Formats: sequence, structure tokens, C-alpha cells
Amino acid sequence: MGVESKYRMKAAGLLAAIAFLALVPPFLPSYWLTILNQMLIFGVLAMSLDILMGYSGLASFGHCAYFGASAYVVAILSTRYHLGFVMSGLSGLFASIVIGLIFGFLVAHTAGVYFLMITLALGMVIWGLAYRWVSMTGGDNGIAGIPRPDVGLPISLDDPVAFYYFTLIVFAASFVLLHVFVRSPFGQSLLGIRESESRMRNLGYNTWLHKYLGYVVAGTFSGLSGVLWAFYNRFVSPMDVELTSSFEAFLMVILGGAGTLTGPAVGAGIIVFLKNFISAYTHRWLLILGGIYVLTILYFPGGLAELVRRVTKRWED
Amino acid sequence: MKKLLLIIVAVSIMAIPFIPGSLLAAETKGPIKIGFIAPLSGFSAQTGKDMLSGLELYLKEQNYQVAGRKIVLISEDTEAKPAVAMTKSRKLVEKDGVHVLIGGLMASTGYALMPYVDAQKIPAIYCIMASDDLTQRERGKWMVRTGWTSSQPSHPFGEYAYKELGYRKIATIGFDYAFGWEVIGGFQRTFEDAGGKIIQKLWTPVGNLDYGPYLGQINKEADAVLGLFFGAGALNFVKQYKEYGLKDKIPLLGGGTVTDEHVLPSMGDEAIGVITALHYSEAIDTPINKKFSQEFRKFAGKAASYYGEGPYTGGMWIIDAIKNIKGNVEDREKFLAALKSLKVADAPRGPIEIDPYGNPIQNIYIRKVERVWKELQNTVIKTYPKVSQFWTYNPAEYMKQPLYSRDYPPLKP
Repeated sequence: MGVESKYRMKAAGLLAAIAFLALVPPFLPSYWLTILNQMLIFGVLAMSLDILMGYSGLASFGHCAYFGASAYVVAILSTRYHLGFVMSGLSGLFASIVIGLIFGFLVAHTAGVYFLMITLALGMVIWGLAYRWVSMTGGDNGIAGIPRPDVGLPISLDDPVAFYYFTLIVFAASFVLLHVFVRSPFGQSLLGIRESESRMRNLGYNTWLHKYLGYVVAGTFSGLSGVLWAFYNRFVSPMDVELTSSFEAFLMVILGGAGTLTGPAVGAGIIVFLKNFISAYTHRWLLILGGIYVLTILYFPGGLAELVRRVTKRWED
Repeated sequence: MKKLLLIIVAVSIMAIPFIPGSLLAAETKGPIKIGFIAPLSGFSAQTGKDMLSGLELYLKEQNYQVAGRKIVLISEDTEAKPAVAMTKSRKLVEKDGVHVLIGGLMASTGYALMPYVDAQKIPAIYCIMASDDLTQRERGKWMVRTGWTSSQPSHPFGEYAYKELGYRKIATIGFDYAFGWEVIGGFQRTFEDAGGKIIQKLWTPVGNLDYGPYLGQINKEADAVLGLFFGAGALNFVKQYKEYGLKDKIPLLGGGTVTDEHVLPSMGDEAIGVITALHYSEAIDTPINKKFSQEFRKFAGKAASYYGEGPYTGGMWIIDAIKNIKGNVEDREKFLAALKSLKVADAPRGPIEIDPYGNPIQNIYIRKVERVWKELQNTVIKTYPKVSQFWTYNPAEYMKQPLYSRDYPPLKP
């Protein structure tokens, strides 16, 4: 199989996925529609984490800080101050950018295990705020009843199908933007830093600045998925910011394959599906999920992306 | 290639148990479906399993039949996370088409679910989730609470502590979140209205296990200490309270969960004499409760806690309401009305009716831990009959006050 036909296959797969995501949902039962919607939201989250994990080689354990912070900003502004959909959504996104700019200063000079520890600590700071700043966040009770108002379009986003398409558009836009980002010279320099930071520095790159900006971009897209999540679930609680949530995003990336955008998006879809599907049939579902992780790590450390690569390679041989 | 084959085989084997389930689910049409949610994995799994046992026991006693229709129970794991509870409820309502929802443990789950059940117009029975505002300042139409409000047992308890136990100054210590604030806040209101004074309020993180740093701070002028914990926290607190030599100096009072039967069998002599208040005790001396306790122990293999009794009575509530509408659960408005207007005279915990705000009016029991036949039990030492969530206060006036919180009611100078 030549390079050209490989690209053709890739394009065909992508087209099929887009066609499925765009055409099938109106015919799905409402439950599966909401699950699909959830997959897309976590897909954005996993792709944003992959910017750090896969493309920059920085494993973050606090990535849900942005997700949660944006969701909380949306929740507070739309329930307490009755801000509209656009304004509260943009404010949520803005919040994650600001937090990214601040936290970036603290994390961008670290790498490896130190990066992991400091992002974990910063994630816990946001969690602590959500949990303890009761007058603002409702503490343990969370904030319920987030409205999903009109956006000035002829259709209301209250309708699950309409909201699904809204999410799909955001997801597709994020996918394209992140794709362009990682292919750009800037994205390539992140890859360089992943491979060898000292060499990049010797080549004259300001590696600190590159890592800093990469971190902010990843945080922003994590925040974007948080905005979607707040409007989708209409409820936020400290659980959304917890360490386990960050860890789950981490596993989505691992399962799908770090260093590819499609991989984590698919990984997010699979984990959301498994969580909702297996748990309906057995209360021991965590065991099965755990088994899948172990198998992935043991046999396919590169995740599903590696599995696909291996299978296609076998075909060629 | 061998490895790949191995994995495919392994995954297929794991998938086998799910196939019949999904086929069965597609076949069912006609029976009444009850959707149950609770944490069945994670740190609250034991409590969730008690809840499920309670409901299953009642449905089993009814042979899974009511008004000539079969009952199907579908249970889902919430992992004690409100977001997961939402997803699972969507699955139960929109995919499985359940006629009624029951369960839930965490107060946050209760708040998260309410807008959803109102939008879907699906009756939801809250048999455990106790957050005050669910039936006070932020009530929903489709929720029917058969459990309690956190402060409901505390109100009579505060008065009891002043009038009958004769305490004047009390220090409190409890888990630092909504449930803790409400249990302790309710106690503070009636205790201080009666003339007593709360002289100190200490808060510990939820799930805290080491109470040394807090026990040292307790004001020794207190006539008694009121604690509010559950699970392993309750076990450790009561134990360490004795180890620090406080038990013989300052009597210990507690919220109902401190000595609830979910932890009591694991406690020792340190628990004897602790006085608590709740709407249930396994030691309530009625034939109905004795039978329930025996059956539950046989069915679940452990003592009947309030976590078991709640869903048992919740199941009773659903079945009785369905009988009253002759099985026509498809008429949801009628079903909801039947649920709200029901009175149950023979629940294990005693008679129950629902007030206009959707919360039970029921007996509150003041219980004292005693050892009877080698086993610890919550002996009922006083019963307050027909206690409302507003105690003796006027509901409208009551709801003008803020919800009990970390800082409300404040410490008096």
C-alpha cells in the first residue's frame, strides 16, 4: 500500500466518522444522543490534554482544573447573575485563559515528575476553592439548574438534538484548530521540546515560552469543554474538578494513544461508552475497565493508535 | 499476532455476560419498572448496598408484583458522583423507561437531579437524601421525599438536651459540609431557643479519621459534646473520644448516623451511653420493626440500619401508591398525586405522612446505646411523635431564615 492510498484511507475514515456524527443523531433514542454528546465534550478535553501529554511530553494531573473552573464560572454567572448563554460561555472560557496564564508561570520551567506534581497541586487548589468557598460555589452541594437559553438562533438549545449539533460544531472546530496548531512550526517546536529540551535550547529556541504558551492553549481548550459540560449537565460540583476526573482524562489519552489527536478523542468516546454501558450490566464494571487499562499498558503502550498502526502494517506485509 | 488474538478472545469472553442482559431488556414491555440509583462502587459502596438490599427485600416480599402487574427493578451505580447519577438517571428514564426513580445518597445528587425529574415529569422518591432545602426553599414538583431532612431529628433533640438532660453549655464537632451543618445547626437553634448555649463549633474535613488535634481543642467547660460523623469517621471519633479520656468527663451526644447500625456492630464499649436522635432505630420495639429487622438480617447478612430501612419504606411507598391507582402508573400526574397523598401506618420506623412541602411527618426517636445480649443497640429512650421538618416553628417564617450553614446560626458572644 503506497503513501497515497494510506492518506486516502485516512480521509475516507474521517469522512465516515463525520457523516456518522452529523447524520445519525436525530434518529438516535434520546439516551444514546446524550451519551454521544458527552463523548464529544470529553473528546475536546482529551484532545486538549494531549497537547501537553502527547505533543509536549508533559503529563498533567491537574488538567480538570480548567475544565472545572470554566464550568463553575458558567454556573455562577448564569444562575446567580442571569447572564446569557454567550456571555457566560465566553466568561468561562476567559477564566480558563486567565488561570492558564497565571499557573503557566508556575509550571512552565518544570518537566517530568515535577510537572506532574505541581499540576496536581494546582488542580487541588481549584478543587479546594470549589469545595470550601461555599458562599460562591455551594460547596459540596454544587450548583444546579444552569439554564440553556436561546442564542438568538431560530432553534432553542434546550432541545437535545440542537444542543448536540452545537457541541458537534464546537468539537469539529476544536479538532481543526488543534490540528492546525500541532502542524504549525510552533507545534513542531513543542515536539522538539518533547524529544530533547536541551537540544532545542541550544538551537536558540526559548523553550520556556513555548511550553508556557502550549500550556495556556491546552488549558483554554480544557476550559472550552468545561463550558460545554456546564451547559450539557446543567450542574457542577466539586467532583468535576477532582483528581479522579483529571486522572480519567489522563486515561482517555493513554487508551486512545498520546501524540495523535484522533486517538484521545476516540479514547474519550470509548471510556464514556464503557462507563455507561458496562455499568448497566454488572456492578463489577470497574474491574473490567481496570483490565482494559492494564491490557493497554502491557500490550499497546501507544494506545489504540498503535493498535491501528500495527494492524495496517500487518495488512501491508 | 498471537497476542492480538489473545486479546480479542479475552475481550469477547468478558462481553458474553452482557449479551443476555441486553436481549432481556429489549423484551420487557408491560411490567412496572422501578429505577434505583445509589453508589455501588467506591467509598460509599457499603451504604449503597444496604440501600439496595432494603428495596430488594420489600419487593421480594411482594413477589415483585403489584395490582396484577409484574415489577422490574433496574439498579444503577452512581459512584457517589452527582454527574454520574445524572447520566444514570437519564439512562433509566430515557432508555429503560422506568416509571419511578428511587434512591440517591449524596445531597448534591439530590440537588442535581431535581431539575431533571421536573423536566421529565418522572416521580422521584428521595428515601435517604436529606438536604433541608430539597423540601424547603428549593422544592421541586416531582420529588417525593420519604426520608427526612437533616435537621428534623436535631430540633427535638436540642430541646431534649436542655429540658430532660439538663445541659446548658454544649460544644459541637462535625464533618464540614452541608449535612453536618444542618444536623448541628438544627440542634443549635432549638437548644438555644430553650435557653442553652453552644459555646464552640469545630469542623473536620469529611471522611477525617484522626481526631486527636480536634479533641485537644474541645472546651472543657462544656456540659456535653455533640458530634456528627458517619462511616469510618464515626467509628474512629467515638473510639478516640474515649482514648483521650473525655468519655468519663463530658457526655457524648451525636447526630443519628454516629451510632447508626451501619457502624454500631463494629463499635465496642466506647459507644455505650452515647445519646443520638434519628427517625429510625433497629431497636424500635414494635412487631413490624422486629419482623423487618429479622428479615433484613437474613436477607442482607447484617444489621438493619437506617440506610436499609429508608429504601424498604420507600419501596412500600411506591407499591402502596400503585395499589391506590390500580396499577395505572402511565398516568403520571395521578401517580404523583397518589405518592404525595399517601399515609403509611406500618413502616418499620412508625407512621408516616407527607407535609404540604413534600417531607415526611414522622416519629423522632432519642436513642441511647446499650449492650443487650452481647450486642450493642440504639435503645429508644424517648419518642417525639409526628415531628415536622419545621418542628414547632411556622413554615413560612422558618423559610425566611437562611439555610443552616457553617456560620449559621452563629456562635453567640
